[in-house]
Amino acid sequence: MEQLLQQIVNGISLGSIYALIALGYTMVYGIIKLINFAHCDIYMIGAYVGYVCMAKLGLGFFPSLLASMLVCTLLGVAIEKIAYKPLRNATRIAALITAIGVSLFLEYTTMFFATANVRTYPPMTGFMAKTFKMGNVVISAQQILIAIITIILMVLLQLIVKKTRIGKAMRAVSLDKDAAELMGINADSTISFTFALGSALAGAAGILVGVYYNSINPLMGVLPGLKAFVAAVFGGIGIIPGAMLGGYLIGIIETFVAGFGYSMYRDAVVFAILILILILRPAGLLGKNTGEKV
Amino acid sequence: MFEVKDLHVHYGVIHALKGISLTVDDGEIVTLIGANGAGKTTTLRTISGLKKPTSGEIILDGVDITNTSAQERVKMGISHVPEGRRVFSNLTVLENLELGAYLRKDKEGIAKDLKKVYDLFPVLADRRKQLAGTLSGGEQQMLAIGRALMSRPKILLLDEPSMGLAPLLVQEIFNIIKDVNSNGTTVLLVEQNARMALQIAHRAYVIETGRIVLSGTGAELMESEEIKKAYLGG
Repeated sequence: MEQLLQQIVNGISLGSIYALIALGYTMVYGIIKLINFAHCDIYMIGAYVGYVCMAKLGLGFFPSLLASMLVCTLLGVAIEKIAYKPLRNATRIAALITAIGVSLFLEYTTMFFATANVRTYPPMTGFMAKTFKMGNVVISAQQILIAIITIILMVLLQLIVKKTRIGKAMRAVSLDKDAAELMGINADSTISFTFALGSALAGAAGILVGVYYNSINPLMGVLPGLKAFVAAVFGGIGIIPGAMLGGYLIGIIETFVAGFGYSMYRDAVVFAILILILILRPAGLLGKNTGEKV
Repeated sequence: MFEVKDLHVHYGVIHALKGISLTVDDGEIVTLIGANGAGKTTTLRTISGLKKPTSGEIILDGVDITNTSAQERVKMGISHVPEGRRVFSNLTVLENLELGAYLRKDKEGIAKDLKKVYDLFPVLADRRKQLAGTLSGGEQQMLAIGRALMSRPKILLLDEPSMGLAPLLVQEIFNIIKDVNSNGTTVLLVEQNARMALQIAHRAYVIETGRIVLSGTGAELMESEEIKKAYLGG
């Protein structure tokens, strides 16, 4: 039982990271039907920005978190403007290949400047180094931090999407871009804003992973990125609550598989889930397969 | 006054509009009738800014708006009800209507116009919390028109409002178009249902393969032998 609780605690931490990344995939897919493969590298850049802030500039965690989110926001918007916007009316496969190109570009540019060596975040001090014991279940302050920050960001995101003018514009553009333009919505700036939001969340995930696992490298985004993508598909791609649910589920499942001694199979299990979803429920857990009335 | 001069539009190598010119005076209902693929929808999409013309001019109240964006045109008072209604199916009726007023900042004016739309379409008031995708075809058409009115347009572009509707509903929609017009909104109506369109229109243009081939008052065209044969079923 305690083992089970411990795994759930660990799974929620990992799942939070996946959920934050999955949100970016799902929002961008929702609005321009593009699987943004470069998204996982924005997360990696977020981890590096956090590293520079904390290890080199000696900033605290929260200023570093904001810096990571800010840099990633700018990067995400720049990528959209430079790489994807000119392809808005091209075939989807052209944009997809471009996304893979951007992904490789970010990975190997980082490798060029930061080398391929693993970097380690500075050891945590004060509250951040604490652990709490409840019976035999150990919860670290970092895990609590990850869970709380993730929840705050998700609530903020929901508020932006549901309550603000730009959020309404995002939903309108993702449902019908032409009709949205006829309402006077600027589709281009709405799409940029979507990239900005998704990238900010990826930046937050990057620095949280740095703090939690300590080590980062230029290719660190690839596998978590793929798993977050699976999470987005699992929940129903294009659906924001779906990405949150999918992220947590994938995180918990993966931790369980590893925790019960099958660590070697944990990646395989995640991708087996992807295959199963695609066969059994292609629209995802929260997706609807129903056609629309015309 | 609204005016289109010698409008040419291409889709790749296809020359869809080959020099369309038309005028719509303030307070008029002008209809553009023609067969499938004649270029009716393309004309409206070019006027609302969704499609860029190759050449030609679009002029609203003396201002050349040919190079402005779709958003700017909404602000200037052009509102387009697209073919197939295109309501935001996963948003509620109210949210759809609010999006129609997206560019407006005057809260009181918006509330007033919302009330006007509900008066015009009582069924929308009853269903304001329902998702737009769950409405019937006729209700969706009402919502699309209501949504377009929320931007308080000078000129309303309507693309095939009768498409896919039962005859009784078609009559209702056309009555509403007449009401909207008599309240001061200029209307440019594209229709395949030529008989209905000509009945309510002050003037009409006939479009064939990208060219205006005939124009006149609604009554004149109703009497024209050519039109009777080609569009009114003998």
